[in-house]
Amino acid sequence: MKIHIKNGHVIDPANGIDRAADVFIAKGKIVGAGGTAPAGFEANATIDATGCIVCPGLVDLSARLREPGFEYRATLESEMAAAAAGGVTSLACPPDTDPPLDEPGLVEMLKHRARLPEFAHVYPVGALTINLEGKRLTEMAELAEAGCVAFGQANIPVLDTQVLMRAMQYAATFGFSVWLQAQDPYLAKNGVAHDGEISARLGLAGIPVVAETIALATILHLARETGVRLHLTRISSADGIEMVAAARATGIAVTCDVAVHHLHLCDQDIGFFNPNARLDPPLRSQRDRDALRAGLASGAINALCSDHTPVDDDAKQTPFDEAEPGATGLELLLPLTLKWATEMKLPLATALARVTSDPARILGIGGGTLTPGAPADVCVFDPQAPSRIGREMLKSQGKNTPFLGQELMGRVRCTLIEGHLAYDGAFA
Amino acid sequence: MNRNPQLNAHGELQHLITLEGLSREIIEGILDTAGPFAEVAEREVKKVPLLRGKSVFNLFFENSTRTRTTFEIAAKRLSADVINLNINTSSSSKGESLLDTVDNLAAMQADMFVVRHASSGAPYLIAQHLAATGRSHIRVINAGDGRHAHPTQGLLDMYTIRHYKKDFTGLTVAVVGDVLHSRVARSQIHALRTLGVPEIRVIAPRTLLPTGVADMGVRVFQDMKDGLKGVDVVMMLRLQNERMQGALLPSPQEYFKYYGLTPDKLRLAKPDAIVMHPGPMNRGIEIDSAVADGSHSVILPQVTFGIAVRMAVMSMLAGN
Repeated sequence: MKIHIKNGHVIDPANGIDRAADVFIAKGKIVGAGGTAPAGFEANATIDATGCIVCPGLVDLSARLREPGFEYRATLESEMAAAAAGGVTSLACPPDTDPPLDEPGLVEMLKHRARLPEFAHVYPVGALTINLEGKRLTEMAELAEAGCVAFGQANIPVLDTQVLMRAMQYAATFGFSVWLQAQDPYLAKNGVAHDGEISARLGLAGIPVVAETIALATILHLARETGVRLHLTRISSADGIEMVAAARATGIAVTCDVAVHHLHLCDQDIGFFNPNARLDPPLRSQRDRDALRAGLASGAINALCSDHTPVDDDAKQTPFDEAEPGATGLELLLPLTLKWATEMKLPLATALARVTSDPARILGIGGGTLTPGAPADVCVFDPQAPSRIGREMLKSQGKNTPFLGQELMGRVRCTLIEGHLAYDGAFA
Repeated sequence: MNRNPQLNAHGELQHLITLEGLSREIIEGILDTAGPFAEVAEREVKKVPLLRGKSVFNLFFENSTRTRTTFEIAAKRLSADVINLNINTSSSSKGESLLDTVDNLAAMQADMFVVRHASSGAPYLIAQHLAATGRSHIRVINAGDGRHAHPTQGLLDMYTIRHYKKDFTGLTVAVVGDVLHSRVARSQIHALRTLGVPEIRVIAPRTLLPTGVADMGVRVFQDMKDGLKGVDVVMMLRLQNERMQGALLPSPQEYFKYYGLTPDKLRLAKPDAIVMHPGPMNRGIEIDSAVADGSHSVILPQVTFGIAVRMAVMSMLAGN
């Protein structure tokens, strides 16, 4: 199968391409982008991308697929349809399934189930400790052979710092990277919202910023001590960004990401106790949000992810403090990236790098570019087409998003995964 | 979602969930309406027919005897039928969700829900659910939700202050105790601000104050002796048993010594200061019996006024 994507505007951040150009695909790989057709190229199919941006498929560093164990919340089928509709072609899934991804068999099963051609590439993050309990190490090397690309705890902290240090040492032995979310469980105990003016007013138990910075200090010191490759997930505060930048300046190998919700929302968006704004980490203050937006623009924060967490209505239509945290995000990642770029007056190429080539580098995978030879994972979207976020239009089984009812710009026209048409929204 | 869900399109009170954001006119309107109801209680026949034929459901997801009783009396004096449900001990322990419970009771032709719940914001969830399912004619009154609000308590406190002090605009008011966990304190502070009290103080150790409490428009005092100087009104808060010993406070004895209201400390306030407490009191912990039963105390009148204020709220909601 040879595909010619023509009349579009190609943005390939990794290769510095940002101009009207064509993309050529053969046998599931990119064979040309930004130049003329390779010699002898004859397309079997043509995609007319007039008015559209053609970019690498999005790489999402955190999407919960809810399998195994939480199939009532979402299934691989529903969430893969959501990924394709959102232009996401590669995703890392955190290990907090039921049972958690702590055994090679579970990882193999997940990889096997996800092998359909219209499904995004799935990169499981293996559990760092058995059952995510923070006590015993998992068989990381075996898990890596089964397909895990990194090891982490989702958002469950390791209480015992000795175990955490050893887990880092063991991971470093094999050169694996460790992904951790920084939140001190004691300071965050019972907390449901950022500790500040809003939580005081609404009477919600607070999670102070120091819950993040204290955990960060511990993790960063251990990373320095062990030399492990560290990725910090879902940074939420201005102080946290400063600490990561300072650690990086001293030579610690650390990257970090932010969730797309935290880029646009803050604690004020809890409004009248909207359970869809119950997130982990909590939405913080305006000042924190502004620092996250600026940090992602400057590259102090390396990548932007959807932190896709489908939650069923029963677990969300409850009082705020009883609601399960999380928001659906695969289908909102692109429009919310564009919204951030527009509001920050950023070049589109810079913004798209944060959801394509930059996260691909953190994952250590070949995707996220249109380099000839790379898998033909491509997203074609119309940046000027609006869509109103509603329950019906979301393919994800999770309808839980604080953006319900909002109109966002940017609509995916089609998504290719290894040259396979995974989503065709031309007439949607 | 963005419009204040307790007001209808005309800006009239449809539900009473919080005092925050209510206009001075609405709050004063409730206090004005409560006046005549206080007189009803003095009569031989303590009933008026304003809610005749209406069903008021007391939905208590958290234990309370006093608040539930005063709502029950208020509804009965308005001639409503009152149904008391202590859901603590029935549905939720059987796994029924809050909204399922609400749907079932709504199907029994309820006209008004009086809700107490341990989670902040639960009455909003109920009001929004009723609106989304086309049953916004059912009124919701918040009888206390988590740490968020206890608006009828706040209103009866304002009624009490107005009764004794007439004018709010020259007063200094101190709120003393566990502000962090107190829905009463939050409602009091919002109402005092709206009614124009120029100086609102909160007095508590740091562990019992929310971060950012000063942003609510109050002056924060850690030393009770400084905080009580020259105040017109002292509003004591209840300290829950489980918070007396642990990481928030070392002991009830130490708390009483530094933050309990004793005759000595009360002497720092204005000579005609009034002392209030939402009840139930912990004598010897947040308040000395000599103060609770003393000449400055208006704690029992608060209870009496509470019934009139709740009658006013119920009749106004039914009429809007």
